[in-house]
Amino acid sequence: MKIVELQVNGNKHRVEVDDEQSLLSVLRDDLDLTGTKYGCGEGQCGACTVLLDGQPTRSCRMPAVNVGSKPITTIEDLEQNGRLHPLQQAFLDHGAMQCGYCISGMLMSGAGLLKKNPQPTEAEILRAMEGNICRCGTYPRIVAAIKQAASGRVAQKGGGK
Amino acid sequence: MKNKPIDEILLAPEIEPERYELLAGPAYHFQVARRDFFKGLGGGVLILFAVKEARAQQESGGGRRGGGRTAPQEISAWLHIGEDGVTTVYTGKVEVGQDIRTSLAQVVAEELRVSITTIRMVMGDTDLTPYDAGTFGSLTTPTMSPRLRKAAAAARESLLDLAAEQTKADRKSLLIADGKVTNPATKQSLTFSQLTKGQRLTRAIADDIALTPPDEWKIAGKPLTKLNGRDIVTGKHQYTSDLKLPGMLYGKVVRPAAFGATPSAIDTKAAEKMTGVTVVRDGDFIGVTAPTPTLAKRAMEAINVEWKTAQQPSSSEIFAHLKKTAAASDGRSATKRGSMTEGLAAAQQKLEQSYNIAYIAHAPLEPRAAVAEWKDGKLTVWTGTQRPFGVRSELASAFRIPEEKVRVIMPDTGSGYGGKHTGETAIEAARLAKAAGKPVKLVWTREEEFTWAYFRPAGVIDIKSGVSSDGKITAWAFHNYNSGSAGIRPVYDIPNQAIEFHSTDSPLRQGSYRALASTANHFAREVHLDELAASVKIDPLEFRLKNLKDQRLQAVLEAVTRRIEWEKRKPVAGRGFGIAGGFEKGGYVANCVEVAVDRTSGKVTILRIVTAFECGAIINPDGLKNQVEGSIIQGIGGALFEAIEFENGKILNPRFSRYRVPRFSDVPPLETILLDRKDLPSAGSGECPIVALAPAISNAIFAASGVRLRSLPMIPNGLKA
Repeated sequence: MKIVELQVNGNKHRVEVDDEQSLLSVLRDDLDLTGTKYGCGEGQCGACTVLLDGQPTRSCRMPAVNVGSKPITTIEDLEQNGRLHPLQQAFLDHGAMQCGYCISGMLMSGAGLLKKNPQPTEAEILRAMEGNICRCGTYPRIVAAIKQAASGRVAQKGGGK
Repeated sequence: MKNKPIDEILLAPEIEPERYELLAGPAYHFQVARRDFFKGLGGGVLILFAVKEARAQQESGGGRRGGGRTAPQEISAWLHIGEDGVTTVYTGKVEVGQDIRTSLAQVVAEELRVSITTIRMVMGDTDLTPYDAGTFGSLTTPTMSPRLRKAAAAARESLLDLAAEQTKADRKSLLIADGKVTNPATKQSLTFSQLTKGQRLTRAIADDIALTPPDEWKIAGKPLTKLNGRDIVTGKHQYTSDLKLPGMLYGKVVRPAAFGATPSAIDTKAAEKMTGVTVVRDGDFIGVTAPTPTLAKRAMEAINVEWKTAQQPSSSEIFAHLKKTAAASDGRSATKRGSMTEGLAAAQQKLEQSYNIAYIAHAPLEPRAAVAEWKDGKLTVWTGTQRPFGVRSELASAFRIPEEKVRVIMPDTGSGYGGKHTGETAIEAARLAKAAGKPVKLVWTREEEFTWAYFRPAGVIDIKSGVSSDGKITAWAFHNYNSGSAGIRPVYDIPNQAIEFHSTDSPLRQGSYRALASTANHFAREVHLDELAASVKIDPLEFRLKNLKDQRLQAVLEAVTRRIEWEKRKPVAGRGFGIAGGFEKGGYVANCVEVAVDRTSGKVTILRIVTAFECGAIINPDGLKNQVEGSIIQGIGGALFEAIEFENGKILNPRFSRYRVPRFSDVPPLETILLDRKDLPSAGSGECPIVALAPAISNAIFAASGVRLRSLPMIPNGLKA
């Protein structure tokens, strides 16, 4: 066991962690930040995506002891002062969800992309999102939502694609 | 596993044979005490909906133990309008992403003439909601939705009665809207609370109350996105796997080395020495609990078990195995019409073909999870299941306790697709919690989900057919081995038919999957129709229409082919269009797919998928579109590349890195045409739209390349033929 100091959503947390404990487990089981999901444990589905120093990162494959002082942003911090991130709003506008379990990861991957590349092409969106799985098949709506957030426009409510 | 009599289990009069998971015995044999539904409801109007399904309603969820239910037997739904104007709807149906939380709220708001924001849905809690057999078979929209509409309509009428009585006004002149009844003449208006005056008015209603017709709908029939969407995009919604109870421990279960393996020697000493760890052994069940998930995993790994295994068939030989072990027809799903001998004699062309379907996994993104707590002799389990009442029965049976001592709560869950009908995780978590004396959370790993859940059945389908020179199908013999009987009967008009389903000895645990065997049966049938059409040189669309009297299927076929201008399509080397149509669970679907095939590299690219879908009057056009798109995208996986590989009782590809599911780049442009039949009752949409995709792709690949693909998945490694 080791004591690590993690910077999560702007707050410092001292946590006693097991050497093999993933960042995902620390976030969910120790810090009760359960918006970040477990989906596969091998970095293949993207449900566990968080931003590590702004970079979309699979928290299930990241040992907590290796995170160091890099700031971590989770889904819980995307909404600021009661205002949704434009991408969150775009997901709502496009009905870009079914069961919703993949959505935190989708939002973090999408937010990470937009941070680095505010005007991605469709091909760039697909490349950035390819590692995120939605078993319900809402991919076209997610692409539409990312495009909307990138353009800064506001979609019609409930318009789907 | 020992099967149970079918009528012990489910209310559906005809339960498809491929719902194997509902017929299996309990997961474990362990060596081994009056809810008031209406308590806590304040004043207001309580509407109880009664159905005439007495026999069905007396069935308990899993059927292993009876009794213990104290809700009025005939009541299948109810709603309560509180004095605060909030309407609470109670239904045993559950939410797994199909968004019935929204569509059911829409129909209630519609009939009650209130804003949808005043509707609160309580779903899938065995202590709070009326008994329900489960959320499967696309039954919510055709059965629960009209019941709730009727309950809401009855509530509205009761409030109007009260208002007429209290204001001495002509009842017909009163208006009800926004939670108030208004007399337009006097402008007097009364809220629901003023009408009920703190009393609780209870009304039981029957099945015959009049409903608002779909062409007058103002709230239903309109597109609406998920009501609790904000909780999803902010990460606030708590799935079962997110729950944490005070003092909760984490559980792990030791899994056998292969299917059917039994422990011959078990060494738990190392695990037992770990601080905080409890090792639980009961029959063949071996599990651990620990204060952290990491420690639980370590303790589980420290347990050494020698397993006795038996030789089992592998995926490489599965289709021969299914044929070899096939039983004679089960009779229930056999159809005989006319004479095959005469039908074949009348044929100008005869055709015999075989089609194979692989086992596939549901792979819901939230793996099975349960949190179990024993408190004061009562067991409460939160778990993501499509059958909370069935799981309650499984738990009562496993622990030999009465059902009223068990409560199952289903938080809105990370999908199911037919894969979460059973309660194995709930039972495991409850067994661990019982031993540890504390609440226990158990979340299956992806590998466990891929291995120990159940699979969509593999199957072999043999078709023998004949067609006359003018393109009429004269004979149709159709044998399905193992995959199931759903969708086994053609909608086409064929005078001579012999159709049978044969059960087999499946080496893998198998069960329900979205649309059941309808996907397999439509694949074989719709590909075979194309082959027949080609044999008499008739256009595939013309051929289908020639053999079809069903106008609803005609309408969807015509809608997709009109969209792509089927008649005007020109041959382009390496490209082709394919069509297929289908009918399932009250809905009609047609697909038209365009593909490009590169014969050198073997690469197949889907360029375009057009879908037309019709399921009666549309309640939520956006939710429906989402379901149709989702079915199509999920269907791409089973059509092209998903297959479970197994060898001697072990799954070889139990990970997303080795089991390919559709991803962003697999999705071509989708065009979805929804036909709104306001004159027809609404049917469900979660299943039907998946059934015609695979054959449409196969037919398109044939049109593009001349290669017929008769096995699902079609191109796990590209087009090699």
